[in-house]
Amino acid sequence: MDWLAANWRTVLDLGLSHLYLAGVPLLVGLALSLPLGWAAKRWRGSYPAVVTSTGLLYTIPSLALFVIMPLVLGTKILDPVNVVVAMTIYTVALLARTVADGLLSVPDHVEQAATAMGYRGLRRLFGVELPLAVPVIAAGLRVAAVSNVSIVSIASVVGVSQLGNLLVDGYRRIIWGELLTGIVATMLLALVLDLVIVAVSRGLTPWRAAAGARS
Amino acid sequence: MARGGGGAVVIGSLFSWIADPAHWSGSDGILNRLLEHLWYSVLAMVLALVIALPLGLYIGHTGRLRWLVTATNAARAVPTLGLLFAFALWLGPSLRGDLAFLVPATIVLVLLAVPPLLAGTYAGVEAVDPAARDAARGVGMTGWQVLRQVELPCALPLVMSGVRTAALQVVATATIAALIGLGGLGRLLVDGIAFGDYPQAAAGALLVAVLAVLLEGLLALLQRRLVSPGLGGGRGAVGGSRNDDDAAAAEANARMPVGPGGMAGGNS
Repeated sequence: MDWLAANWRTVLDLGLSHLYLAGVPLLVGLALSLPLGWAAKRWRGSYPAVVTSTGLLYTIPSLALFVIMPLVLGTKILDPVNVVVAMTIYTVALLARTVADGLLSVPDHVEQAATAMGYRGLRRLFGVELPLAVPVIAAGLRVAAVSNVSIVSIASVVGVSQLGNLLVDGYRRIIWGELLTGIVATMLLALVLDLVIVAVSRGLTPWRAAAGARS
Repeated sequence: MARGGGGAVVIGSLFSWIADPAHWSGSDGILNRLLEHLWYSVLAMVLALVIALPLGLYIGHTGRLRWLVTATNAARAVPTLGLLFAFALWLGPSLRGDLAFLVPATIVLVLLAVPPLLAGTYAGVEAVDPAARDAARGVGMTGWQVLRQVELPCALPLVMSGVRTAALQVVATATIAALIGLGGLGRLLVDGIAFGDYPQAAAGALLVAVLAVLLEGLLALLQRRLVSPGLGGGRGAVGGSRNDDDAAAAEANARMPVGPGGMAGGNS
């Protein structure tokens, strides 16, 4: 507690970097997963290919991916861009499948009703299918958010600053207060992101609350 | 610190680093590091299986202690790096020699492997068709026989995806454990970064990535061999006809730490 009282400004700064490094890839990854998941649904034959290839990317250990990134991007090893791109890859790896499953979970009769009411193509996708897939996508997004926040702390090893710095520094200099602050702050950040996703998901699907109240 | 730029030149130096026979032999050679990595991983997986498999079967079979699955899942938010450092600082000083690294690292690896194993086993047994369970009881099987001959084989697809998730998590975290002094392929990576030897770090990264992908492929094959063909691989509620129930199934699926395909929420 003494340590935190003396260093809360540093913790706040590192927390913001952490939020940026975990949050931006979450949004970019979601944006990239939407067309991928849609394609996996539209051309059902491509579903296994999308799921397997994105899943395989997730198997690459994060420290390895951070170190390989400069080779692929031509960046310097200390460049935060490596971490952002690597985290985006992990997010897509988790979400492409979720988006596909979410869109596939929209009942056939609902789609047919929408078509009959004149919803076609993109309008049906954004007006009917995606809103109905929100609960599934949000569930996947929550997993990705918690996973991202935890993985980003490893970026300290390749010199990119965020809350993981507290872990590394606390360990090297044997400052328990710093190490524990790092752990708790990381978990808090994961919790906050999780709550935000739940809140946004609730806001986007008001009919679920209504259905819950009725039953 | 190492430089990453210069594309082709760096990739060339990476491959010449790997191709150099001097880097393969000796106690800090690639072969020995690979064996160390596999040994730590197997040790942790065996310990985790011994803990999680009986526990998961018990929870799934009896329906008791379900909160344990929820609790272990919530623990996923703990950063693995912090967990490693905390155990190393706590236990390291009271242990001698290699044990000072091995014991804390193994504890953390086991702690990370248990949740997906537990969730997979529990969910697998839980999801067994009640009709199959009733039929087994109807032909006079005892509770133990039902568990061994019906529930376990039917649960195998989800148990195996738990195993795949856990194995990848363990291999990935064993890499990071080089930071607290453990051997394994992570040494190449961590030392490469520390000494500004980028080709070595990149070689270590590439080897770890190849190991992880090979392992995933191997376990996927094993799953295909082990799972009864009658179960259709347990590929979840995707494809085929769609109805309202599938939405709930897909949502539960997305929330699960182990997806039916073995992909999961918990890399490190």
